[in-house]
Amino acid sequence: MDYVLTKNFNVPEAYRIDVYERTGGYQSLKRLFTMKPVDVIEEVKSSGLRGRGGAGFSAGLKWSFIPKDGKKNVYLCVNADESEPGTFKDRSLLELDPHRLVEGVIIAAYAIGAKTAYIYIRGEFDLPHTRIKAAVAEAYQKGYLGESILQSGFGLNLYVHRGAGAYICGEETGLIESLEGKRGYPRIKPPFPAIQGLFQSPTIVNNVETLSVLPYILMVGANAYRAIGTEKSTGTKLFSVSGPVQRPGVYEVPMGTPLRHFLQEQAGGMLPGKVLKAVIPGGSSMPVLNAQEVEEVNLDYESMASKGSMLGSGGVIVIPEDYCMVKALANLGRFYAHESCGQCSPCREGTGWAAKVLARLEAGKGEAGDIDLLLDIGRKMTGATICVLADSLAMPMASFIKKFRPEFEEHLTLKKCPKG
Amino acid sequence: MPKIKVDNIETTVPDGINLIEAAKLVGKAVPHYCYHSQLSVAGNCRMCLVEIEKQPKLQIACNTKVQEGMSFFTESPKVKEAQQFVLEFILVNHPIDCPVCDQAGECKLQQYYMKYDARPSRFEETKVHKEKAIELGPNVMLDMERCILCSRCVRFCKEIAEEDQLCFSQRGDHTMLTTFPDRPLDNPYSVNTVDICPVGALTSKDFRFQQRVWFLKGVETICTGCATGCNVRMDHNQGKVFRLVPRDNEAVNEAWMCDEGRLTYKPVNAENRLRHPLVKTAEGLREVRMETALEKFGELLKNISGHVLLGIGSAEFTNEDNYALIRFLQENFPVPHLAYTAREVEYPSQDDYLISADKNPNRAGVTAMGMKPLASEDRKYQCLIGLGPISESTLTALSFEKDHKVIVFATHREASLDYADLVFPVATFAELTGTMVNRQGRVQMLRPAFAPPGESKTVWEILSQAARLMSRAKPAYTAPEQVFADLAELVPAFKGLNYELIGKQGALLTKQ
Repeated sequence: MDYVLTKNFNVPEAYRIDVYERTGGYQSLKRLFTMKPVDVIEEVKSSGLRGRGGAGFSAGLKWSFIPKDGKKNVYLCVNADESEPGTFKDRSLLELDPHRLVEGVIIAAYAIGAKTAYIYIRGEFDLPHTRIKAAVAEAYQKGYLGESILQSGFGLNLYVHRGAGAYICGEETGLIESLEGKRGYPRIKPPFPAIQGLFQSPTIVNNVETLSVLPYILMVGANAYRAIGTEKSTGTKLFSVSGPVQRPGVYEVPMGTPLRHFLQEQAGGMLPGKVLKAVIPGGSSMPVLNAQEVEEVNLDYESMASKGSMLGSGGVIVIPEDYCMVKALANLGRFYAHESCGQCSPCREGTGWAAKVLARLEAGKGEAGDIDLLLDIGRKMTGATICVLADSLAMPMASFIKKFRPEFEEHLTLKKCPKG
Repeated sequence: MPKIKVDNIETTVPDGINLIEAAKLVGKAVPHYCYHSQLSVAGNCRMCLVEIEKQPKLQIACNTKVQEGMSFFTESPKVKEAQQFVLEFILVNHPIDCPVCDQAGECKLQQYYMKYDARPSRFEETKVHKEKAIELGPNVMLDMERCILCSRCVRFCKEIAEEDQLCFSQRGDHTMLTTFPDRPLDNPYSVNTVDICPVGALTSKDFRFQQRVWFLKGVETICTGCATGCNVRMDHNQGKVFRLVPRDNEAVNEAWMCDEGRLTYKPVNAENRLRHPLVKTAEGLREVRMETALEKFGELLKNISGHVLLGIGSAEFTNEDNYALIRFLQENFPVPHLAYTAREVEYPSQDDYLISADKNPNRAGVTAMGMKPLASEDRKYQCLIGLGPISESTLTALSFEKDHKVIVFATHREASLDYADLVFPVATFAELTGTMVNRQGRVQMLRPAFAPPGESKTVWEILSQAARLMSRAKPAYTAPEQVFADLAELVPAFKGLNYELIGKQGALLTKQ
């Protein structure tokens, strides 16, 4: 299999432009500038590439929502605010192969007609920030950015903007608000960013990984890309695996790879003495899978959906038998309550309330009815808010309780955590 | 004009309105906290969720525009459940300190809870505690625990007052409303944030702890603080005014008023209100009964002829009072000299929105009646009849015969009244029915909260009584409508107008 995203991960200093160029970097631009923007969009549509930020929406289709009248500036924003617990794939791309992202940004900007692009990078990402900043500077120097790139007549300015550490700024409209210098509050939709985004102008927000795929698609063509993976989940995807496995880390596998193969072959299996109990497959906000489901599911959008979960951002969190599910969920509760922007009442109050009940339950101070109360809080804050942060706690909460209810009930009867 | 269905009621509504406004048109109230018709849509409270046909998820009515053929439900089981849980969520960290909260009785949280939820809370955790009694600025206090973070006040400052003075800090259920460090909420419209605060988070320094709102009675009138004439509701109880709050009038003040205007009710409650007439004696002004004063009035005017009589109207008095003075003098003392005085402020507040530099609420009215500002002349007067206290500088600018007489109509006992031979106590704007004309030429109604104190009355009442006593035929008004009818008949600018036409939103003068 071709490695689409990680082929340079083992190339020393691939983050430097000369090394990147030697590996074939920026070659896709030659083809790019022979194409019409609309054809680039068509090519990406036909590649089947789906957004890698979590939602899995067709990248080409998203681009096509940009108004064609050209009345306003169009902006491209790169979502490098990777903050979902369990997810650390974009960090590797930014650290090890930042020019691939820059090249992808040029392709996307050309396709949607953006002359300005911003990389919104998570504030805590220190080395990734250093690397991407340096990469952007090098790209300017070599004429891949700035006026008339490679004498094509197409110019692009790319800016790197550091976030200040709020999870919610990874939500695309929260990101836009933050980029405008405002509080990172997700916006009500409609209008959608493609119509009215950054500075009230048409805007596309794409994930680092999504953009980093583009040079490959342009080089080999949509058909070759589509040949990888499954029919509806094309290409490869990065998965960041954490937990008591032999080789936690970031791996690229074709879509459709069975999860158990991935855990065995890429992650190297469980650490000695550890038995797999559950896996959160796509970052902490996705419904959890039990051991049986882990055996049956494949790493693609459709297979995950058939098990009631989602591929999300590809953050695979492995939970062993000896780890308390109530504790794990209480941890998530604390995280989402802390990261709720506080705008919508159901999320602001619901996440905080759930976190408090979970903490109490975990401490052995639960009361009859608490478990159903948690389910009810989750059900009611789902789909009732501006963005999906509330759902991001409600989904794991519902699945944790549904699949591991005895562990929750044990905390009630024993009045303490059985795992100590 | 899209055709829509609200709870199966078919109706046709204007293009582009949202579902809250559309529902209103068929008499359906969609509950909401963050939405305000004059502000941008925030969509954060989630109280206005409605069920739209063919849409699986409930949608917020505030951010959904009507579309041809749309059918939506404001009372379906799904909507009712949503209203319940949104309220339950909002109440999670609310202190529920209604017994000591100033907003109790006019609190949207109380009202909606009783109407849409009314269940015991399932929340048994410790509430998030936040700061209380925070002084946001000179006029506004904040109780952070009561705040439901709807952001109406934030948007008001930014969008209407155009001074971005409020913001949120912190996150999640620790979010707090605040000003920027060391910067107060001191824009000239700051108290509007108190009005639009749906709960008891923002309170007015002037009004807080003064009165339980359920004791208040409201009367729809106008602010008399300047020439803008913002439409207000005057809240009062037991002969005391407690506050002025803006009343919607798109043509005048939209839904707002300035902080300065809000305090213009203070003189109504003042200790030095005149309750009885005053007559000059060797020992100074002495209180007398109205009958005595009216007799004295007749005596003072007995041998006065029109050409030595000066009548001074006032840009601070109603059209009815000014016109009654004009008619009284013109009918009985041909040809009197007439002019008006106005309140002059050296450094008046003003802006290009609601605050007019002209602090007189009825200059346009007296001008339309043909009165000119009082100017010094060579003419020597034997008698002056004036509305409002006449300032010392005005008096010294005029020339008088020896033993001239001064009769004034005043609301308050002030030291500067000592020049007067006779003072009639008159009603303030809070105690009368009448009209004033604002800077746009809009005639607007004033309505009484209560009766004027003691024997004080409107000028037109006193002059009508005086005329009768002096056996003069005119004026003989018994109701303010009669004064206005005369005015409308005889003064071209007022032609065709009557109280019914003026109504609650006012009516424009005829352009001359």
